[in-house]
Amino acid sequence: MIMDFPFLSVITFIPIVTGLLLLLLPGERKTAIRWVALIASSAALLLSLWVYISYDQSLGGYQFQEQYTWIERLGISYHVGVNGMNLPLVLLTGIVMFTGVLISWGIDDRPREFFAFLFILATGVFGVFVALDLFMLFFFYEIAVFPMYLLISIWGWKVTREYAAMKLTLYLFIGSVVALVGALAIYYTSGMQTFDLLELEKAGFSAAFQKLWFPFVFFGFAVLGGIFPLHNWSPDGHVAAPTAVSMFHAGVLMKLGAFAALRVGIMLLPEGARFWSPLILGLATVNVIYGAFIASVQTDFKYVIGFSSVSHMGLVMLGFATLNRQGLTGAGLQMFSHGIMTALFFAVVGMVYDRAHTREIPKLGGFRKFMPLVTVAFIIGGLVSMGMPGFSGFIAEFPIFMGLWQKAPVVAIIAVLGIVITASYIMRVVRGVFFGDVPEEYEGHIGPINTFDKIALVLLSGVLILIGVYPTVMAPLVESGAAAILQLLGGA
Amino acid sequence: MIPSYDPSMILAILPEILLFALAVLILIIDLIWNPNKLHNLGWVAAAGFVLIMVVAIFTSRPEPTERLIFGGMLRQDWPAFTFRLIFLFAAGITSLLSVDAGALWTRGEYYALLAVTTLGMVLMASSADLIMLYLAIETTSIPLYILAGFMKTDDKSTEAGMKYFLFGAMASAVMLYGFSLLFGFTGETNIYQLVTQFHNDALSPWFLGGAAILVLVGFGFKVSAVPFHFWAPDVYEGAPTPITAYISTASKAAGFAVLVRVMLAVFPAIAGYWSSIVASMAVASMTVGNLIALAQTNIKRLLAYSSIAHAGYALIGLVALSSFGVASVVFYLVAYVVTNLAAFAIVVLFARSAGSEEIEDYAGLSRRSPGLAFALLIAFLSLAGMPPLAGFVAKVYVFAAAVESHLIWLAFIGVLNAIIGLYYYLTVLKVVYLYRSEDENLPIPVSRSSGFALGICIIAIVMIGTLSGPWLNWAVDTARSLF
Repeated sequence: MIMDFPFLSVITFIPIVTGLLLLLLPGERKTAIRWVALIASSAALLLSLWVYISYDQSLGGYQFQEQYTWIERLGISYHVGVNGMNLPLVLLTGIVMFTGVLISWGIDDRPREFFAFLFILATGVFGVFVALDLFMLFFFYEIAVFPMYLLISIWGWKVTREYAAMKLTLYLFIGSVVALVGALAIYYTSGMQTFDLLELEKAGFSAAFQKLWFPFVFFGFAVLGGIFPLHNWSPDGHVAAPTAVSMFHAGVLMKLGAFAALRVGIMLLPEGARFWSPLILGLATVNVIYGAFIASVQTDFKYVIGFSSVSHMGLVMLGFATLNRQGLTGAGLQMFSHGIMTALFFAVVGMVYDRAHTREIPKLGGFRKFMPLVTVAFIIGGLVSMGMPGFSGFIAEFPIFMGLWQKAPVVAIIAVLGIVITASYIMRVVRGVFFGDVPEEYEGHIGPINTFDKIALVLLSGVLILIGVYPTVMAPLVESGAAAILQLLGGA
Repeated sequence: MIPSYDPSMILAILPEILLFALAVLILIIDLIWNPNKLHNLGWVAAAGFVLIMVVAIFTSRPEPTERLIFGGMLRQDWPAFTFRLIFLFAAGITSLLSVDAGALWTRGEYYALLAVTTLGMVLMASSADLIMLYLAIETTSIPLYILAGFMKTDDKSTEAGMKYFLFGAMASAVMLYGFSLLFGFTGETNIYQLVTQFHNDALSPWFLGGAAILVLVGFGFKVSAVPFHFWAPDVYEGAPTPITAYISTASKAAGFAVLVRVMLAVFPAIAGYWSSIVASMAVASMTVGNLIALAQTNIKRLLAYSSIAHAGYALIGLVALSSFGVASVVFYLVAYVVTNLAAFAIVVLFARSAGSEEIEDYAGLSRRSPGLAFALLIAFLSLAGMPPLAGFVAKVYVFAAAVESHLIWLAFIGVLNAIIGLYYYLTVLKVVYLYRSEDENLPIPVSRSSGFALGICIIAIVMIGTLSGPWLNWAVDTARSLF
């Protein structure tokens, strides 16, 4: 029986096993190392695609479950499974990991260690997305956090990497340990002697307990989701990180925070979520508007994208805070769509920077002449970012605003303004970097991008368009996941 | 009445007897072997410790019910069994690290002293009588003073030995005063019978509290908890590094073994009182240790302050005053011992070829020896409490014990300290992985013995971290006969 094959475990552990194998290879054989990394990431991508396709929507619920006793005395098990909410994120991780390896082909300083750390990170991410056990979720969450430090500080942008890497790691670690205390409180208060999330969902905590502990758990994780005012690490981190790590970071890691906040905060403590949702609405609105404003005054190309992530993650949080079907569905879709989009953006930034050696928008210009494909890809990403119909951004943002309109019309009106500001900064970047005159020093110096880069760009933009024109491949699935959350919220 | 002797008791202390025999054997070998074969002494000692471990596992397993032996001098129970294995493991690793450690490796008395101090620790963990306990503590300490100052021509080493001796003598005098008070008021020295005597005599809690504080001074010194930690940085820095490794792991674990046993067995009546003192020691140790560690430039001093902080984390489990809390202390110590031994193994290896213990000289280590750098990564991340390593689960368990006993504030102080800890561990990793140095092309040779020891520790760190279930069960069994 093919369903018995432990797909999710294999997907989760392929990266770390490959990473450790890479460490055993001799460091000089750089090409071999890159190919091993590519093969492993293709395998992870294909398997997650397979799981995505063979998930049976008519059955719903958690599928591909595997459960093994891990630490019996505390009721901890290795329990994985996917439903409509986390399955797209598994696929997202697969795609970003694969394209990240393609984009990093040119890394020449210790590629062995680079890929090894990147893959350890990937295992952490997969593990969190598929975890159905609270302890396991933490276990993998922390595995995902620390390799970031090394990846940014070793291979990052020389000017700010040490500062940014330390800032990022400490922010995320503070968030996660605070959430850990909350998780322990949940465990002991439930009195159920289990860390299993599906069991804890039924614990029925008192309203007072939920209201007290919700902020610890939710905001502890939401730090990684970039919620205002705890977002400060994120633009610095994005900018300092090497291209593939920025892609991973903005594309996948921020979703990790948002997802964990949803999975542990909202799904285990629904009463608390209802109580605190006005605050989340308020903060997330600030994210959307403030992030977009800051993005529009940046002159550094990469900082523009960094702050745009803060702005877009605000939409995810807004979707969560609606606590209704449309909002949650939209948030789920937005996590996927933004993950792909921002990975695409950072890939483009990396390609431009590698050739121009600057990211100052005023110094750039006319790059469409040198790299037409990159220009097209960036414009596609830009259209997604503006929520243009026909692209995945629309499919994701439209339900969020619908949900918001039901919950809090004022917030919806304010948040929509974010899209207008987004359009302005995206168009400014497109004009400043890709159109206009080519500065003299670049004439004749800009080389073409290689085949691996092209594959990555085509794949990422293709996904964005596919979901835009044919949302059925994802929207109903996410909606079924949102429905499961609504049941916990009392069927509202 | 406690039986004073029957033949089965010999079996119970067979490991102790063998440890003494090992010490003698090493001295004999030292006399009769050809001097240029003596560098193998470390291997002999390590093999001896491993053999005794095997014997201990098979012959001295505790029976289902604890029993007092030799007229109540020793107690045969799970804690004695567990800690014995921890000490023997640490002694074995230390011997391996000492092979090739410069002046040490040809000296028989070095390994003999190591065996004797291990014998003392093993007795500390099983003592059930104040007199026996005091003798055991001194049997442990005196060889350690000598070992800390073993490099006679090195000023720092002699200073370390002297400092350790002075602080140690002072602390043990205060503790002995506490013991004498306990005896003086009750006429009883057995730890497990003092309690009934207190009860019968209806002793004032004020008196008990005073005695508890005096006793805590001695134990606090052993575990290097604030405010009894002042010796640690200087001794750690000056002592030969393998001995530093041993003091920071086995000696600290031995301190915890008696601390937990005596406090829980002798002073249950005033548990609320002493646990609040221990709580403040825990908070002070974590905070002071971590904050001062931030400013260190010498790796041994950094590890010294970090070990003070780790004593604080482990104390949290005791403050919880629960069976799971004690189990979490035991688990924490196991995780800490393997991790710190690995960290010091790297310090030993690096110092041997690079001749430095300054953190800045670790620059370029990841290019000089990627394997050693990765081992350092694992050891330090385990100290920082990152999964999938031993340090992570250990921290989760002590914090869980605190939350279980409604000490949420203590858990929060613990996790905030973990963040400070992460900062300085990452700073070292940054030097190792990021900074360049001029010696990048000089590889770092890893000797067979130290590499072997390091490998065992690294495997143990990962194993305890990922498959912690059986280890936790063991720790819970151990805790059951203490709490």
